[in-house]
Amino acid sequence: MGNLQNLDIKSLEDRSKVIRRHVIRMLVKAGSGHPGSSLSTVDLLVALFYSKLRHNPRQPAWPDRDRFIMSKGHACPALYAALAETGYFGIDKLDTLRQFGSMLQGHPCMKTTPGIEISGGSLGQGLSVGLGISLAAKLDNKDYRTYVMLGDGEIEEGQVWEAAMAASHYNADNLCAIIDQNGLQIDGFIHEVMSSHPIPDKWRGFGWHVIETNGHDFPAILAAYNEAEAVKGRPTVIVAKTVKGKGVSFMENQVDWHGKAPTKEEAERALAELK
Amino acid sequence: MTEMIATRQAYGDALVELGEKNKDIVVLDADLSKSTTTAKFGKKFPDRFFNMGVAEANMMNTAAGLATCGKIAFVSSFSIFATGRAWEQIRNTVCYSGLNVKIVATHSGVSVGPDGASHQCIEDISLMKTIPTMTVIEPCDAVETRKVIFAVAAYKGPVYVRLGRAAVPVITKKEEPYTIGKASILRTGKDLAIVACGALVANSLTAAGILAKDGIEATVVNTHTIKPIDRETLVNVARQVNAVVTAEQHVLDGGLGSAVASVLAQAHPVPIEMIGIDNRFGQSGEPDILFKEYHLLAEDIVLAARRVLERKKK
Ligand SMILES: Cc1ncc(C[n+]2csc(CCOP(=O)(O)OP(=O)(O)O)c2C)c(N)n1
Ligand SMILES: [Mg+2]
Repeated sequence: MGNLQNLDIKSLEDRSKVIRRHVIRMLVKAGSGHPGSSLSTVDLLVALFYSKLRHNPRQPAWPDRDRFIMSKGHACPALYAALAETGYFGIDKLDTLRQFGSMLQGHPCMKTTPGIEISGGSLGQGLSVGLGISLAAKLDNKDYRTYVMLGDGEIEEGQVWEAAMAASHYNADNLCAIIDQNGLQIDGFIHEVMSSHPIPDKWRGFGWHVIETNGHDFPAILAAYNEAEAVKGRPTVIVAKTVKGKGVSFMENQVDWHGKAPTKEEAERALAELK
Repeated sequence: MTEMIATRQAYGDALVELGEKNKDIVVLDADLSKSTTTAKFGKKFPDRFFNMGVAEANMMNTAAGLATCGKIAFVSSFSIFATGRAWEQIRNTVCYSGLNVKIVATHSGVSVGPDGASHQCIEDISLMKTIPTMTVIEPCDAVETRKVIFAVAAYKGPVYVRLGRAAVPVITKKEEPYTIGKASILRTGKDLAIVACGALVANSLTAAGILAKDGIEATVVNTHTIKPIDRETLVNVARQVNAVVTAEQHVLDGGLGSAVASVLAQAHPVPIEMIGIDNRFGQSGEPDILFKEYHLLAEDIVLAARRVLERKKK
């Protein structure tokens, strides 16, 4: 067991398009959900799931797997698509997102969806869970790593900073936080609603190794994941600059596309752009 | 056709009206001001509106601080984050200090729909009513919500107001008076009483209509104030009908049903059947499907009425 595949950059970019197309189709079918928030995470997820994580989709509970937690749980459509595409469950299941009885709940549910490490949807909680998993790995002398993706609005939650303090206190170098810095939250731009800037300096102050990167540039993302793995003695945070709604021109950087599904017509335009 | 409006819509409009009349009204939200509708106030009175970001615990105690300086602080978010994330701040800082903070939270109950269990708060009545000195209100429609917001602004002390996401039928009238703590009787009948709050009031009226076709006459009580509960009205009604059904969009543990049962068990024990969510989380789905799944429909209230009448006979 190890990385699923070691794809070249072009193949990773193709994977991203496939995932983005799924996101659009899933949301138009569901009639609700979070397109902007999902699309900004896709390249970070694709790099992780196809080139970094040691996991086995046929055996989601493999004890030595690397863990991934989507703390900004509302972006789960992108995660569900990545899980389906890498073989955790059938791609046909993506059509059931948010419907009654679906294994794909509106926010991550570990009891219904293989590959989901913790139930979520309430912001600010995932990094603490990731820390717990990291501590368990150390107790058990295991070398698996834990990745937690957070939103730049989400890090306004005080609990994130409690986790940041504790992770550096416990030298959790097997823990990697990924901040999807798309510059937007629900009520507007981060710098207008509640500025979390300067993000890198805050994490440095909490004792973390900080890597700043472009969250849509595969070589840069892969380099960041590798650097994070090499750092010993402290946790690493990857502050990834992203574009909310990335890949669909009319959704990019638009606050209104945080949490509404596209109409059929809008979805067609989006899919045409994602060819 | 009955008009359908979400209670949260009436909230934003009422806040703007209040803000014009009273300069001490301040409003705080946690990055959900469009959904909670406090953005309407924010647009009109930007100086008295504080978007605190995704940080509910900090928001709650900032409201407490404002209240210590004579402000009337309205605090909003989704019910689960307002009452859950910030529970201890509400308990130890807001209520223990007796502060004039009004927590008005939207997206309660399974009627939140597709967002699923994480966002469907079905424990908030219980969480809030267990705190000493807290007042807990769930209006049944948009017209009542407006009156509630005005009433809680005039009332001194901590209050929790529970609102919903989905549109609900307007069943009360503008001209009817509203008093915190005074339950309103919407229909009277001799056979049983249905005691409900929030969205379940409309379903209770529908249920009473169905029962009437079978010659069963039900009283329907809108218990908008769950704490302090209107003991006098409940005991009077129970004395007249000797059978009660309670109905709420909330877990059965610690909600309206248990409040009513507590009053009646002590003052005038009668058979009670409870409509509510029985030890389960919510899930994704459209509100109407979830109401069916969790047995919150008028038909479910009718069945509960038939059960309670069987028990009354014995
Ligand atoms: C504790 C909590 N409070 C509020 C919310 C509602 N909410 C969902 S997404 C969101 C904004 C998140 O912004 P960000 O973290 O930047 O994520 P983005 O969608 O931009 O990726 C909020 C406030 C929530 N899910 N959890
Ligand atoms: Mg963001």
